[in-house]
Amino acid sequence: MTRELTRMTAAELSAALAAGQVSAVEVTRAHLDRIAAVDDRVHAFLHVAADSALAQAADVDESRRAGEELGPLAGVPVAVKDLFTTIGMPTTCGSRILAGWHPPYDATITRRLKQAGAVIVGKTNMDEFAMGSSTENSAFGPSRNPWDLDRVPGGSSGGSSAAVAAYEAPLAIGTDTGGSIRQPAAVCGIVGTKPTYGGSSRYGVVAFASSLDTPGPLARTVLDAALLHEAMSGHDPCDSTSIDAPVPPVVAAAREGDVSGMRIGVVTELGGDGYQPGVLSRFAEAVELLESLGAKVTEVSCPHFRYALPAYYLIAPSECSSNLARFDAMRYGLRAGDDGTRDAEEVMALTRAEGFGAEVKRRVILGTYALSSGYYDAYYGKAQQVRTLIIRDFDAAFGQADVLVSPSTPTTAFGIGERADDPMAMYLADLCTIPSDLAGNAAISVPCGLAPEDALPVGLQVMAPALADDRMYRVAAAAEAAFTDRWGQPLLAQAKGL
Amino acid sequence: MTTTDTLVPFAEAMERYEPVIGLETHVELGTRTKMFCGCTTIFGAEPNTQVCPVCLGLPGSLPVVNRVAIEYTIRIGLALNCTIATWCRFARKNYFYPDMPKNFQISQYDEPLCTNGWLDVPVAERTFRVGIERVHLEEDTGKSQHVGGATGRIHGAEYSLVDYNRAGIPLVEIVTKPVEGTGAAAPEVARAYVTELRDLVRALGVSDVRMEEGSLRSDVNVSLAPRGSGYWGKRTETKNVNSLRSVERAVRFEIERQAAVLDAGERVIQETRHFHEDTGTTTSGRSKEEAQDYRYFPEPDLVPVAPPADWVAQIRAALPEAPTARRARLQAEWGLRDAEMTALSNAGALDLVAETVAAGAPPSDARKWWLGELARRANDAGLELADLAITPAQVARVAELVSSGVLNDRLARDVIDAVLAGEGTPDEVVAARGLAVVSDEGALIAAVDEAIAAHPDIAARVREGKGAAAGPLVGAVMRATGGKADAARVRQLILDRLSWGQADGGTTITG
Repeated sequence: MTRELTRMTAAELSAALAAGQVSAVEVTRAHLDRIAAVDDRVHAFLHVAADSALAQAADVDESRRAGEELGPLAGVPVAVKDLFTTIGMPTTCGSRILAGWHPPYDATITRRLKQAGAVIVGKTNMDEFAMGSSTENSAFGPSRNPWDLDRVPGGSSGGSSAAVAAYEAPLAIGTDTGGSIRQPAAVCGIVGTKPTYGGSSRYGVVAFASSLDTPGPLARTVLDAALLHEAMSGHDPCDSTSIDAPVPPVVAAAREGDVSGMRIGVVTELGGDGYQPGVLSRFAEAVELLESLGAKVTEVSCPHFRYALPAYYLIAPSECSSNLARFDAMRYGLRAGDDGTRDAEEVMALTRAEGFGAEVKRRVILGTYALSSGYYDAYYGKAQQVRTLIIRDFDAAFGQADVLVSPSTPTTAFGIGERADDPMAMYLADLCTIPSDLAGNAAISVPCGLAPEDALPVGLQVMAPALADDRMYRVAAAAEAAFTDRWGQPLLAQAKGL
Repeated sequence: MTTTDTLVPFAEAMERYEPVIGLETHVELGTRTKMFCGCTTIFGAEPNTQVCPVCLGLPGSLPVVNRVAIEYTIRIGLALNCTIATWCRFARKNYFYPDMPKNFQISQYDEPLCTNGWLDVPVAERTFRVGIERVHLEEDTGKSQHVGGATGRIHGAEYSLVDYNRAGIPLVEIVTKPVEGTGAAAPEVARAYVTELRDLVRALGVSDVRMEEGSLRSDVNVSLAPRGSGYWGKRTETKNVNSLRSVERAVRFEIERQAAVLDAGERVIQETRHFHEDTGTTTSGRSKEEAQDYRYFPEPDLVPVAPPADWVAQIRAALPEAPTARRARLQAEWGLRDAEMTALSNAGALDLVAETVAAGAPPSDARKWWLGELARRANDAGLELADLAITPAQVARVAELVSSGVLNDRLARDVIDAVLAGEGTPDEVVAARGLAVVSDEGALIAAVDEAIAAHPDIAARVREGKGAAAGPLVGAVMRATGGKADAARVRQLILDRLSWGQADGGTTITG
């Protein structure tokens, strides 16, 4: 191969593997070498599964030699966020309370990736239990942004975004609860998708907020994201909230990349005060670009989006307070203070005090309060009503536009430590992404340039109605192609952190 | 804590106070698999062998509703004359306990599957209509075993073991409305209600309702107020009362205890209490300070349950005959008076008698055996009738052997004893022990007469009243019959033959 394997996209690797120009073992080894070379600086991975990855790759090569029909991801490396259960690898969720836990079962998505022949190179870092926007809440130290190692890679799927942006893997999976795929993708200059809620299985995804958690792909190109999206999605009878409908044709849409005649709505409420100027200017350029490609751009108003953040910070903590109750030292994970003198209740309390980090505790306490009798109606109940209003805003907006657009994040990547002590500032990182999580519709972030003031990547968010995921891929692919033409190279080629 | 341990005798308590009772009954459904996963539900397996990521609540696992459990619950709801919800949700009940894998229980809160029904309960000559507040579905917890310590409770135990085989087994909770106006019949009404409910659930084929395995457990609410006061007193909730008899005793005890508290001018504390089978008493459980806030909220991992009307109609159409209707029919068929029928029900013998009749026995015989001999045996052994090691078909066979003259009543009792002792079917026992009265009797008597003729001196001494001298005669008969005769029976026959006119009517030759 003339090109470095780690610089190739998943689609390119897939083609080279299918043509026999390279073996899965070679591809895997190249990525493992890259991880060995850079991950001490990036810290994208909590666990590198070198042996099992090479074994998996060897199996793929064997199958290919035997003439078996293989899918597009066969032999392509993928990094997996450390909250998908994986047989043979630890699953920590970035938490001390689960350090060393080896799940006895594979998440549906882990299983589908393995069946597709994708090579799992390791488990990526994350904010503890997916609570955070920077990976600084990981119990195992933050990951770093390949554009600037002193900045965060976003979060909570920051290990996944950093791994892809640092060429440690062409593909990664993450989960999006309030923006945890799109925000890290945006600040790392890559593509990240939150599929329609229920479009990708949650079985084996350690829950943060059940009604919001949505697994999705991170990749360097829109087509790569679509390939992974298609491979990981589809109905799962083990997840009651999984939608029993065909996966939208996202790969075909990503290959087409056409916006001519499409009505694109700019959401008035997602912009303006509090947004970084360079983010707004790049976003404005992206809208102009889409218009120049034949889209009809209109402004749409979603008046209740301003309540999305507070509603989210009641619903997500409420669900998490219940979901995280199971970490009690009884069956798995950390057990603290069990010295023979303490009863089960005390051991539970000590374990949770020692095992959970500050942000997890903050949200468990918030959620416990919001669900308490006497407060339920005022907090959780009211937040659910706001959620309904946001869904109605989306319904109305999608009546006027085929897709909606906004910046993916209000700012570019912030410095490590900059917001760590200010939860409210940290929460604002998800301002643009939370509405789609509350409504359950699909959304994608695609790079749209560098903010002039800090030369860091800006993301364009494209939102589509539920089950119309293909529509946003079409828009994202068109924007990506036009931008790449304009820049003469992928945006990521300008990253200088490594 | 209540300061008084004294009790007011029941009759006296009833002169001054009026009870209101209520029951919450949990029934484990007899589905093949658990409520939210595919694990099997068979009782009695090695601990923690019927578990999976879902019922262990492992991180990442998700529940999927068992459709059969929904169907069974609707069946119960319809049989209890309830309204079936067209749309309802599961909710999480949050509290920490080591035998709860997720530290929340998937249950139903303000949207139960079935609401607002009733069950008619016969007590003596009256029928009480007990209102049903709700019937909802939830998952069972695991089972803790506290090792060491005096109480078997978690406090003071050295360590605890948890078996999660039971975790996730579908559990239906049936909650009555407050039952007023029972007066002194309250304990009997409570017992009759649970009996009636048990029979109903069993008839519906949704649970085998084995109380000793904990598949039907009741919490008993009792409050007392002065007669004619027009208000209700503070109630106590006595947990996990696990037999019909205990239900009655728990209500009775709480009435006697609360009456004493009120007599002393104190207040009844609203609290959870534990029932003690050995003493028939209740003691204070969780106190008010530890009152739980369960933080119920709709279970986000499940979608709403919306049973289609035509499905509910199908379930309704397929309901078996209700126990009340069946009882009325059987009572007519058997020609029993109300009190006789009630006695049968209260003894838990109705189904057994019905099955015995179905196996060919006349109703009077079936009733006689189950309420007489077998009830005594069950009582002696501390068992429910249904748990005796004899089947209705076997009882019917015994009755048939009696009516055809093969056995008399005394021999039939011996046969029943042998069947209960595991010696085989009635026919096997008769053959093995040579207990049959008629068929072999002729041969036996011939052998006895031969032996008497061969040993006139011994016969003479026996005839003089020296029964103990009969030994050699017995030996001779046993040799003559190749040892197949029952020695005791042979001795009796010899004594009968040699004591003119003094034969014991119970053992004489009938043919």
